[in-house]
Amino acid sequence: MSSPEREGGQFMIKFDRFQLSNGLRVLVHEDHSTPMAVVNVLYDVGARDEDPKKTGFAHLFEHLMFGGSVNIEDFETPLQLAGGENNAYTTNDFTNYYIQLPAENIETAFYLESDRMLSLAFSEKSLEVQRKVVCEEFKEHYINKPYGDVWFKMRELAYKEHPYRWMTIGSKLSHIEEAELEDVRRFFFKYYRPVNAILVVAGKVTTDLVRQLAEKWFGEIPSGEKYIRNLPQEPRQQEVRKLEVTADVPLDALYKSYPMASRKEPGYYVADLITEVLGGGGSSRLHQALIKEKKLFSQIECYHTGSVDPGLLVIEGKLIKGVSLEAADKAVEVELQKMQSEKVSEKELTKVKNKTESAIVFEDMSVMNRANSLAIYELLGDADMMNTELGKYQAVTADDILAASRQLFDPINSNTLYYRSGQPKEGDPHVK
Amino acid sequence: MLNRTIAPPIKDAKEFDLQLPLYKKQVLRNGIEVYTIDLGNEDALMITWIFDAGNSYEKKNGLAAAVSALLKNGTSSRTAYNINEHFEYYGAYLSRASHHETADITLHCLNKHVSQLLPVVAELISDSVFPEEELAIYKKNGQQRLQVNLKKSDFVAGRLIESYLYGFEHPYGKYSMLEDFQHLQREDLLSFFQQYYSHGACRMIVAGKLPATLPEELDRYFGGLPLHAPVPQDQSTLPKIIPAQQKKYDIVNDPDGVQGSIRIARNFPNRHHPDFQKVQVLNNVFGGFFGSRLMTNIREDKGYTYGIYSYLLNNRQESALLITTEAGKEVCRATIEEVYKEMQLLREEPIDEEELAMARNFTIGTILGDLDGPFQVASRWKNLILNGLDERYFYEGIRIVKTITPEELQELAQQYLDPAAFFELVVI
Repeated sequence: MSSPEREGGQFMIKFDRFQLSNGLRVLVHEDHSTPMAVVNVLYDVGARDEDPKKTGFAHLFEHLMFGGSVNIEDFETPLQLAGGENNAYTTNDFTNYYIQLPAENIETAFYLESDRMLSLAFSEKSLEVQRKVVCEEFKEHYINKPYGDVWFKMRELAYKEHPYRWMTIGSKLSHIEEAELEDVRRFFFKYYRPVNAILVVAGKVTTDLVRQLAEKWFGEIPSGEKYIRNLPQEPRQQEVRKLEVTADVPLDALYKSYPMASRKEPGYYVADLITEVLGGGGSSRLHQALIKEKKLFSQIECYHTGSVDPGLLVIEGKLIKGVSLEAADKAVEVELQKMQSEKVSEKELTKVKNKTESAIVFEDMSVMNRANSLAIYELLGDADMMNTELGKYQAVTADDILAASRQLFDPINSNTLYYRSGQPKEGDPHVK
Repeated sequence: MLNRTIAPPIKDAKEFDLQLPLYKKQVLRNGIEVYTIDLGNEDALMITWIFDAGNSYEKKNGLAAAVSALLKNGTSSRTAYNINEHFEYYGAYLSRASHHETADITLHCLNKHVSQLLPVVAELISDSVFPEEELAIYKKNGQQRLQVNLKKSDFVAGRLIESYLYGFEHPYGKYSMLEDFQHLQREDLLSFFQQYYSHGACRMIVAGKLPATLPEELDRYFGGLPLHAPVPQDQSTLPKIIPAQQKKYDIVNDPDGVQGSIRIARNFPNRHHPDFQKVQVLNNVFGGFFGSRLMTNIREDKGYTYGIYSYLLNNRQESALLITTEAGKEVCRATIEEVYKEMQLLREEPIDEEELAMARNFTIGTILGDLDGPFQVASRWKNLILNGLDERYFYEGIRIVKTITPEELQELAQQYLDPAAFFELVVI
């Protein structure tokens, strides 16, 4: 049997789903063409669930999940002995852990993942070390890089209420440095419970085997209380927002963001295609008009944050030396006005849909990506959405793009950040 | 009652029978060899054209990279925009990359579109014209990109350490300066293109669930081009490697920097040396994966860094053993001390069996996962072919991972993990 299979020209990712009595949702995707198995555990907690005074905690916590669990002092050794690799990541929305190992050794992954869902060891030493490691991660990616702090500023500009206003790494080093073991314990027992988790097992496995292993290793873990998310929602933006900063960087840079639909709304697919029209590849509009024809930017991109709650469509670029930020901004606006006044051509629309189709096919080639996507779609409401995605993109029309662009690129929906090259003035806000 | 303190039984690495799927070889009319990996479930494929056109062949710094970058920017009949639009319309990715010896063009696409794409790739290979205006944009934007990169300590450290290892005159050791872009002329690009691409040495690797008509199409579009198969390089003409005299460097790139980029490296023989694959096992224990000694000590015990790794560079003429990390400014010295301490431990004490089993099994598991899928198999073959090796090298590597002893590894550590042989660089 091979998988995924095509049915009626559409990719089908087949899976089975069941739930343990403690509430843990389990999905199984069989693919007998690979010798490997993937065990993916997604917890329904991300940076958006943090206390504004203790930001960066969900991500710090992810590090602590590798610091030993109640019965297993060392997570890495048994996994490596079983020939496995693993990693994890935290987003603003959720936290995801994955293991890939030879299918024969799959039980080792159940042993490890279930013990750290049962309880951590809550080691003081692990917390102390990982605070430092995360501070170094913070410095490496956000302080010690030119333009590294831009997203701290852009999030604060675009979000006033919603916890997307801070980064997953945290808003400042001190929040990480001040994390305490009691915070860790509370966080674990609130969020890291079977009832808030999704387990996906994929690869050379059978549903029967997974059911048996899931009952054996996860079945006895206390269910926990379902976390009901109640976050402050971002009111609809109704004003033009601008911010200027000056930093010791070689080039001026322009960043613009526009609140867009959430991952679950139909508008998401339209916005995704709009980013392709504007910034997807060398024939995209911003690339062609602003790098090649007008020569205002040396680099320009358009993408979106794709978050579960309403996200941001982003345009960012570095300016050619000598070009003013005001002129560059105006030229971007001209392109956005075209999006608001003229329909994209059929050819352009077909192009961005074909690109999307390819992207989906290539992404789904790896069993690890398939397992990860199933978990995320299940979090969004139904793993089967994975099989209907392409259809949703294909249904988008040129009229939809025009209507969405009018709303998205309305100036009162815009956040613009001028990042100037120069010597920062005293008192300028800075992450350091 | 389930006993959670006992790990489930595992199948040991030694019992895994790893097989490297073989390629089929097609030879086009002009003698170009096509290595074909026909595997996979999805109707998607990858084709790579590999030219002997890396920076070893350039007379001006940055020329090979410029030609590679501008291959998509114009032919006699198509503008850069037309070319990009064509590939993007069919949802295809056409990437270019230039290395030391080789430069490649890689196409990823759905099978159903390949016939629309191959003739345009053939056009790029035979008729790129490098328009002046495109070159001017490339020069300006390339300079700006470099200016930004030069503010990053990791970028600066990466360039410097290779120039210490091989010498700035060697293709492995040289790097581009802002002014290099100014010296690039359209004529330089055209003549490099004609010699090394349109009339150059080429081979191809094809992977995926391949359409039956593909061999015929490859011959139709590429078999008639004036390309030829690569000729083995004369070892005596290889560029001379002249490592730097000075071993230790402290560089301040950004006075406000909060971290140092640490690079510790020594020259090391290439893949044909009998110790190469053995030292890969030693390296795995030392700093090759998350459970390695460097990571366990310097990240997981001391918290000095977000990550620390060591690896052998994938160079054809001569490799190097390189340790790399970004550590807090105030703990850079302490980090370097710990790296040398870990070298000393490996020289003085044999690795215990459990730790070695962990490294063996992890390596075998990783290879098993790495061989999963046509593109991954193709990438392993590419590496073998370009280094003049075949499947015997792969199987010898597996044998070494499964059987090397703690004593052998200790001897290798004594031979190769001698701090005196290492360059040491910190860039803040």
